[in-house]
Amino acid sequence: MTQPDMAGRYLGVVVGGSISQGIEVKLEGDASVEEVKVGAPVTIHGERHRFFGLVTDVALEATDPHVKSAPPNGEDSFITRVMAGTAAYGTAQVQPHLVLPLVAGLSGSPQPAKAVPAFFSRVHYASPADVALVFGEEDDRHFAIGSPLDLEAKVCLDLAMYVARSNGIFGKSGTGKSFLARLLLVGLLQKNLASALVFDMASEYGWQGTSERGSGYVKGLKQLFPSRVSIFTLDPDHAQRRQAPVDYTVQIGYEHVEPEDIGLLRQTLNLSDAAADAANPLQRHFGQAWLRSFLRLKGPDIRSLADDLNLNQQALAALHRRLERLERYAFLVDSPAGDPVAAILQSLARGDHVVLEFGKHKDDLTAYMLVANLLSRRIHQRYVQQKEAALGDRAREPRPLVIVIEEAHKFLDPQVASQTIFGTIAREMRKYNVTLLVVDQRPSGIDTEVMSQVGTRIALGLDDDRDVDAVLAGVRGGRELRSALARLEPQQQALVFGHAVPMPIVVKVREYGDATYAELGRRGRRRASEGKQGAEDDLFG
Amino acid sequence: MSRFGEIIESSSTVFTAQCYHLYEGPPLGALVWAGTGPRTIGVVCNITTGTLDPGRRIVPRGAQEESEEEVYQSHPQLARLLATHIQAVIVGHMEGEAVRQYLPPAPPRIHAFVYACTPEETAAFTHHFDFLRLVTDAKDIAADEVLAACLRSAAACHPDPADFLLRAGKALALELTDDVPRLNAILRRVRP
Ligand SMILES: Nc1ncnc2c1ncn2[C@@H]1O[C@H](COP(=O)(O)OP(=O)(O)OP(=O)(O)O)[C@@H](O)[C@H]1O
Ligand SMILES: [Mg+2]
Repeated sequence: MTQPDMAGRYLGVVVGGSISQGIEVKLEGDASVEEVKVGAPVTIHGERHRFFGLVTDVALEATDPHVKSAPPNGEDSFITRVMAGTAAYGTAQVQPHLVLPLVAGLSGSPQPAKAVPAFFSRVHYASPADVALVFGEEDDRHFAIGSPLDLEAKVCLDLAMYVARSNGIFGKSGTGKSFLARLLLVGLLQKNLASALVFDMASEYGWQGTSERGSGYVKGLKQLFPSRVSIFTLDPDHAQRRQAPVDYTVQIGYEHVEPEDIGLLRQTLNLSDAAADAANPLQRHFGQAWLRSFLRLKGPDIRSLADDLNLNQQALAALHRRLERLERYAFLVDSPAGDPVAAILQSLARGDHVVLEFGKHKDDLTAYMLVANLLSRRIHQRYVQQKEAALGDRAREPRPLVIVIEEAHKFLDPQVASQTIFGTIAREMRKYNVTLLVVDQRPSGIDTEVMSQVGTRIALGLDDDRDVDAVLAGVRGGRELRSALARLEPQQQALVFGHAVPMPIVVKVREYGDATYAELGRRGRRRASEGKQGAEDDLFG
Repeated sequence: MSRFGEIIESSSTVFTAQCYHLYEGPPLGALVWAGTGPRTIGVVCNITTGTLDPGRRIVPRGAQEESEEEVYQSHPQLARLLATHIQAVIVGHMEGEAVRQYLPPAPPRIHAFVYACTPEETAAFTHHFDFLRLVTDAKDIAADEVLAACLRSAAACHPDPADFLLRAGKALALELTDDVPRLNAILRRVRP
């Protein structure tokens, strides 16, 4: 998928426009209307300022109605060629976003554009230097996530800004969400800015992901950063079959399941509100081991318990029936072999990414949500404790943590968002150094308040208008973004906007595969205080 | 045929020259120049031939002749009684090498010698297209025909005639943005 390199090419002149509607540019020179794409970054050389903006629309215009009513005969190439660009011409609509120093290299950083360029200012495709001026150059906090449309230039995310808020990657199935999420996790490792805990539903982040292209496989994070990624699994057999090296097999004790976890499973277990709500009195009744104790009960005992606790008999019986499904999970045990939370925290504190593979449970949302919620809640608790114990001493604060969840709308739908740990994490921003990276194909299902807390949104192709609305909710310039979003290619193209970028931009997402492992796997500098033996072995092999 | 006649009538926008020899003037659309100091450049926009003596009507003389040529051979006085005039619409002037595609401060004088431009001069003058408007706006001439003829003949003086015509066509299109049918009519007359 190579793209033409338009860097620096002349596009045309400013012939009108406004700050609210964007600038109208008459296309001139060699610029063919057919080559100018919505979303392409351009610079406008005004009298006093250089403006940086995006093409938001392209149109065909005619100076005279006759051009439309009596167009030149298509075979008459001479007349057609004469007319092209003169009596019949193309225009591009450009939304200026930033003002750059007039001369590249001059000091001064890009500022928001509050004026319009003068009439007849010349418009060019942005150059790689312009793009670097706006999005930063790769350094210890800027990570290249792709290139702008038709330009060989790098668009960087400011990862330090990125991890300061919860973030989202949205797009329908197969657009490249998981590939992009994995790329960002590489960025976090390279720049050493945060640890990540990935709830890896399809076992594609840690070791040997699948790809529709090429050999069918791509390397996982641990293959690129062997000593900085720990693979945890709920299904050791599955890992063994794939020959994925496992650092820790997770077992979860019944006693760690809380009524909150059951509340979250309302939908996947098909529980009525009354049934789900019964978990709380059960816990008060049985104590910490409520789930185990409750599941041991048989029919008549359940009915009498319902009476004792003043609960609806049918609701309680239904809850019992549905929860029996949990007993099939081999990872749910009475006395777990170790404490997975402690193990995860230990890896995270070392600066590792932890990838928890779900193995055979990959299509089982109940297992996914139960485990993700339960572990995240307990990890979050520990972060809160550590952060409070640090008493504002930065050095003693826990290392920033990004929790990655897929199918996020299931955790964050308006019904449950207020009750789950994920809703809490999204709302409290990084107060306790924990943020979310939600990966989702149905953003319209996510609670709007949670969505409003999402700092940087990356949208790949979305079809459903409600999903588009949800992703663009509360964003300035929604109309242009909507048009850019509607025109994304079906794969590996994304609209990026929010805190980690100075302006919205459409990118062709950086390739993740054979050709790029070497540069992706390059280690960033580790901070001295976090030195660790294994790191030296992380030479890309 | 570099020098072919003299100016007998002159104004800011057009001049008329009488050719030294009957019928021996440049064709419609050709570039001509006259004058010293700034050389006034014109495009031949009209060619007339008629009697020099307004009192004498011209009568047919060839009833007994085999060909047109013989009419003239049998009546050598015709060459003195008749004359060819060319009218040129002024499209600019040249001072040395400098080309100015707007009207000169003063028109060429009566009796100024008039020359046909060489291919080099034609190419140099038609390097820009600001002069097109002086032709399209000229009154009382067949402006579109003159312009088409001018561009066709100028094209032959440029190394890449097709490219010249395309550039000229685009320049013309910008002048005639609000009259595309007229533009089309001219373009049809010049297309390679
Ligand atoms: N950055 C990239 N580099 C290389 N290949 C990519 C990239 N992005 C997407 N692809 C290709 O597109 C396919 C789909 O991408 P991915 O699995 O990330 O989609 P997804 O949005 O996560 O889909 P789903 O919702 O079904 O999980 C990949 O298998 C891969 O072949
Ligand atoms: Mg995916």
